[in-house]
Amino acid sequence: MKKLAIITVTVFLSIKAASADPDNDSLIINDDIQLVTETAAPIHLENLDTIYSGWRFRTDETQALQVDDFDNPAMVFVDKAIDLFNTIDGIEGKACVSCHESVAQFRGLSAIMPKVIDGELVVLESFINDHRDQVMGAEPWKWSGEKMQSMVALIGLQSRGMPVNVKIDGEARPYWEQGKEMYYTRFGQLQLSCANCHEDNYGKMIRADHLSQGHANGFPTYRLKQAKLISRHNRFRGCIRDTRAETFAEGSDEFKALELYLASRSIGLTVETPAVRQ
Amino acid sequence: MQFTRRQTLIAGSGLIAATLLPISAIAASYPDVGVPDDFTGGSPVSSGDITLDTPEIAENGNTVPIRVVAPGAVEIRVYAMGNPLPGVTAVSFGALAASQSTSTRVRLAGTQDVLAIAKMADGSFISTSNQVKVTIGGCGG
Amino acid sequence: MAKGVKPRVKVPKSAKAGEAIVIKTLISHKMESGQRKDKEGNIVPRSIIHRFTCDFEGQNVIDIILAPAISTNPYFQFEAAISHSGEFKFTWYDDDGEVYEEIRAINVT
Repeated sequence: MKKLAIITVTVFLSIKAASADPDNDSLIINDDIQLVTETAAPIHLENLDTIYSGWRFRTDETQALQVDDFDNPAMVFVDKAIDLFNTIDGIEGKACVSCHESVAQFRGLSAIMPKVIDGELVVLESFINDHRDQVMGAEPWKWSGEKMQSMVALIGLQSRGMPVNVKIDGEARPYWEQGKEMYYTRFGQLQLSCANCHEDNYGKMIRADHLSQGHANGFPTYRLKQAKLISRHNRFRGCIRDTRAETFAEGSDEFKALELYLASRSIGLTVETPAVRQ
Repeated sequence: MQFTRRQTLIAGSGLIAATLLPISAIAASYPDVGVPDDFTGGSPVSSGDITLDTPEIAENGNTVPIRVVAPGAVEIRVYAMGNPLPGVTAVSFGALAASQSTSTRVRLAGTQDVLAIAKMADGSFISTSNQVKVTIGGCGG
Repeated sequence: MAKGVKPRVKVPKSAKAGEAIVIKTLISHKMESGQRKDKEGNIVPRSIIHRFTCDFEGQNVIDIILAPAISTNPYFQFEAAISHSGEFKFTWYDDDGEVYEEIRAINVT
């Protein structure tokens, strides 16, 4: 069965299966927040003219789950994160709220993450765990665990509707170059790069999946398959594993660099966190 | 060897019974949706004013949105006829229900027929069913 | 609450007497079906929320039995009609014996 799957994947990608482009629906959340799901590709993205949110590639039923915050199952984890934000943890006797008066003050942060801080590329998960370690004296959270991803979702939600606008020049440049190199590198026994699926063949079917452009602007995303919040790095790992390669670790320098490069491909789309996908 | 709940109780008290008590016997103490015949008792089931909304194709069988409406029903049960246990939900409407309708999200173990049966106030049964195609494969996570 | 189970309920703050009010509920719960096997091939025991009820001032709106085929983080949407102000009470019954409750007041004009 697995062998058959590999053959099918290869055949689908090589014969350029029937096209099924993104649909024409527009994403307005709670009848209020208009999200940009289609816009001109940023200049540094040489091979695409238009970028589309992954939401546009989903069925109407999956799309509907993201249109209303009550219907969105990710929101129960956002609620849990609000409790975590207010809960004292660690030997210093502090909660997030002890220093950060309101989570609303993080508005805009997720739109510009990852970013270089003190010469090091920082993503939101490492930012949160650094604070837990250095300020709260608390145990670090597991990268893709429920607490961490609920908190990343809560902070991301504050920026929902704001355009993705990561910095890719200056100190960020070498990390961005590293991420770009990874994006176009073929991995695994199937010899697939990110670009093979998400740039060359988006809109087509890979077995039963409708390939999107692979934007990460809706992460952490509630995935119906696992019925929980999925981190960006978990998704990267899944993609690379599906190429039948040894994958990088969540939180690795490689995945942080890839996260920056992917964010730069989404510049102009809006933060959708927390999105709902199949 | 299978024990029914009664046999287990008869088998004796204490350690032996406790260790032999099968999971199915514990589960049997919860309310159960069962199979269609448990609901209708073999009464005839006709078509009528009952609507079941399901996607034609579900992107993931783990979370399939459904909606069922049967004006005047006292209870609606939903069955996924291709699941290991067909019962999905049994919905009873109280005096303060504004409509005999509900929406939920269900698990479907593959392409199959989803069946909704409503028991009306006069004790009669009406039903409708839809096929839902469940796509399997694609990219895991 | 056990296992970090968290309910979410959406009820309008006010309504007109007798009008249909849309109510949405969701509770975080893994809804372990009892059908899965672990890595050693042993059945993972069933652990679900098996009943959900909504009442208003002692009168029932809806009473639902959930089987393991209900998805993780069970969601229900339904409609109620009431004639006076009061409180909706929502109750979820877990296989493990826990009962989760949520109360929402509504002002009827």
